[in-house]
Amino acid sequence: MLATIAKRLFAAIPSLVGVVVVTFVLTRALPGDPAAYFAGPSATVEAVEQVREKLGLNASLPKQFARYVVDLVHGDWGESHSTGQPVLTELVQRLPASLELTLCGLLIAAVIAVPLGILAATRPGSWVDHACRLLTTAGVSLPTFFTGLLLSYIFYFLLGWAPAPLGRLDPYLSAPASVTGFYLIDSLIAGDWEVFVASARQLVLPAVTMGLFVMAPLARMTRAAMLGVLSSDFIRTARASGLAKRTILYKYAFRNALLPVVTTMGMVFSFMLGSNVLVEKVFAWPGIGSYAIEALTSSDYAPVQGFVLTMAVLYVLLNLAVDLTYTLIDPRVSLDG
Amino acid sequence: MTTATIAAAPKPISHFRYVVSENPVTAFAFALFGLFVLLAIFGPAIAPYDPLYTDNAVAMHPPMKGHWFGTDSVGRDILSRVIVATRLDFGIALAAVALSFAIGCALGCCAGYFGGWTDRIVSRISDTIMAFPLFVLAMGIVAALGNTVGNIVLATAIINLPFYIRVARAEVNVRRNAGFVEAARLSGNTDTRILLRHLFPNILPPTMVQVSLNMGWAILNAAGLSFIGLGVRPPQAEWGIMVAEGAQYIVSGEWWVALFPGAVLMLAVFCFNLLGDGLRDLIDPRRRT
Amino acid sequence: MNQIIDIAAHPLSIGERVALLKVRDLTLEFQTRSGVVHALEDVSFELYKGETLGLVGESGSGKSVLSYAILRILDAAGRITAGSIEFGGMDLLRARESDMQELRGRELAMIFQNPRVALNPIRAVGKQIEDVLKHHAPLRDQDLKSRAIALLQQVRIADPERRYHAYPFEMSGGQCQRVMIAIALACSPALLIADEPTTGLDVTTQAAIMDLVQDLGRARQMATLLITHDLGLAAQYCDRIVVMHAGHVVESAPKREILRMPRHPYTAKLIGSIPHGAGTLRELTAIPGNLPDLRRGNLPPCRYRDRCERSLDLCDTRPLARLDDGNHMVACWNPQ
Repeated sequence: MLATIAKRLFAAIPSLVGVVVVTFVLTRALPGDPAAYFAGPSATVEAVEQVREKLGLNASLPKQFARYVVDLVHGDWGESHSTGQPVLTELVQRLPASLELTLCGLLIAAVIAVPLGILAATRPGSWVDHACRLLTTAGVSLPTFFTGLLLSYIFYFLLGWAPAPLGRLDPYLSAPASVTGFYLIDSLIAGDWEVFVASARQLVLPAVTMGLFVMAPLARMTRAAMLGVLSSDFIRTARASGLAKRTILYKYAFRNALLPVVTTMGMVFSFMLGSNVLVEKVFAWPGIGSYAIEALTSSDYAPVQGFVLTMAVLYVLLNLAVDLTYTLIDPRVSLDG
Repeated sequence: MTTATIAAAPKPISHFRYVVSENPVTAFAFALFGLFVLLAIFGPAIAPYDPLYTDNAVAMHPPMKGHWFGTDSVGRDILSRVIVATRLDFGIALAAVALSFAIGCALGCCAGYFGGWTDRIVSRISDTIMAFPLFVLAMGIVAALGNTVGNIVLATAIINLPFYIRVARAEVNVRRNAGFVEAARLSGNTDTRILLRHLFPNILPPTMVQVSLNMGWAILNAAGLSFIGLGVRPPQAEWGIMVAEGAQYIVSGEWWVALFPGAVLMLAVFCFNLLGDGLRDLIDPRRRT
Repeated sequence: MNQIIDIAAHPLSIGERVALLKVRDLTLEFQTRSGVVHALEDVSFELYKGETLGLVGESGSGKSVLSYAILRILDAAGRITAGSIEFGGMDLLRARESDMQELRGRELAMIFQNPRVALNPIRAVGKQIEDVLKHHAPLRDQDLKSRAIALLQQVRIADPERRYHAYPFEMSGGQCQRVMIAIALACSPALLIADEPTTGLDVTTQAAIMDLVQDLGRARQMATLLITHDLGLAAQYCDRIVVMHAGHVVESAPKREILRMPRHPYTAKLIGSIPHGAGTLRELTAIPGNLPDLRRGNLPPCRYRDRCERSLDLCDTRPLARLDDGNHMVACWNPQ
């Protein structure tokens, strides 16, 4: 078991290397003057030269790359010239907000999409099946930012059920003491029920918006996988042995159907991390996505580079987790590693 | 063994008609696609107002006669802007997908055919691209290269490369040592000729489905990038940027500024997704889900 | 339900014949996109306790479909339009689904071909045996495990304690089939249906598996319905043989009689097509033509008619024959 984990970790290294190389190329090795980018649009000529010295942009490319990697490892991810703060510090501070949002979105999507897919597969032709089909075709067409706005309009402006899309917490309440950075967890730890409910209320619309987009591929894959598995030979054997319908559906069919669903998760995460940025803009969510957007509008490049790197590393780690989960579920995989 | 192309199916027109009649949804998608193409081509000519013409007298007006989609904060007619934006969005998506298709297929074919180092390098490129959440990579590319529409096209093209590389590589790899390829080789064809004339037509069916689905995704991507301020600049009319302009007003009740461009955007993506599904049914009914 | 248990528990005295399964005039069709497939028509036969009955026919003759109908695990598109199936006196077609679930695995069991794919690929084989045991008999966990291991041993799997944890992909085809037999026989059913159990296995393994089924069957006085396209296999292991063609039963008789004196032209050709001893290929008979398309609305009363050399005019007009002297049944107006 440990050997498999180690092997998988090892296999993730080339991806990490690739990610670092690409972010390096994107920021240092492209046409134009990188020093000017990093110094900012309002920098003087001297300031640009200072930046050039500081970042070692006069050295050869390989040397620059080595310097870049060393800096990254030491936690020097540059400075945002609009806020004056080190990029890594700000990213670390804002990351929990993005993670909380993404994970809640994923949870909502899974809780709705997976049972829907199972039901659609076991009741073909029923209204559940048609609802599932509608969701899977329409769901992938919904632009995330538009869905977010629409949901805000309907549930905040028209119905008044949701709070204003102004971020993680009502401005009159103060954030709970930071343990994990997740307001939901931290408020429970602090025993602060009011803050828990308030943060949950702020989370609902953005998390649903994020989840809506990925419900479609999840439901589609679950349905397809269940249909495929339910018509396979070993299900027939299980039926012939008289096993209860529930046992067959969950112990036999669903566990096997999980396999292709888990492999879809990689794509799902790619979408979610991408749409994170859009949702954060719509709901003024103080995560790393809005950090990057603000930096973009002020032509501040170090934060954008840090953001891309963070997202990519997160994605590699998530894929690793998916890979390991797959290994755990499917005994056939671990043998060939 | 004959090379199978779409045209090799018996009586393509009647097969097309059969699938379309079996599947009214696909027929609808084709009709919608036709409408969009018309809008893209003739848009500026049929728009009732100049999309850039501002008129503060009618600013922020909800839909009314003469301004069927209402007006925005500086009095521009939203209907006209939505119509004219069709050309820009479709143009961006088309350019990006065409670029992606051409380069991706070329790379994939070479990787599948020659194997060895070519395969390793191409696969490495593809894997590296896929190591990023794709929208984030697009953001990074546009930020690095500069905030222009051309770079949006380039970024979208790059992030879509892996799909085409993968499909082309797989299809060519399977057929690399097939009988008809051997025969072509023995009769003196160069590798390029074999790739172009014999292998490439085989990868068309699955890639065509991919192209249609990609178009929808490319439009979403371009709109998303514009929404966060990358690529298209005001006062240009593009669906994403129009939704961004409307975003600040929708939560205070002025819904039309964001709704109409967003709804049309959704319709366009929906149309391409349906088309992709329909094409898949046409070409490979086994893969229907 | 109690009636079945009585029959099953009732030890047979010499010469006693108790009918366990009675299929009468079973007619079955499938709704498909390209039309209605008349898969079975007026199928009748009886299976007695303790005997092994061979159901023989080409692919597409309806043998497997018949077994699914008995167990009521037919595809949703299948409909039984006429006839009855009685098992131990119980009307299977009218039984409730909950009663059928009780029966399946407990009194009525089935093993399938391609054992590797007929087992859950991501569940240890020991657990799969336990699932059946758990469902039909309330046992404690450690009892379940020891029962499962005991069963693995009974089906002659070496090192059963270790194999308990194995997955199907780690076992050979023959071993997987043994596991399926263990699952099927876990609750000592009165009837075992074996649907092409040896197809895909090599010849030595085939013999071993069939011997195993025979031995275990005899020890429990279990009836076996052996479905196969291999007449040679049926000849070796069955007491009686029922021959099917295109959804009809064409002949049924004790093994020796049917092999020495096949009366239906189809049976005769089938026997003639088995390679034997010193014969040459040229001596083998081939059966001309193909199975008729069962979607046709105008099928002749005898579905072998179009392939038959002995057909008469009345084969077109009169309903399918049924000449039965109590021992040997043949569905032919012009038997040989």
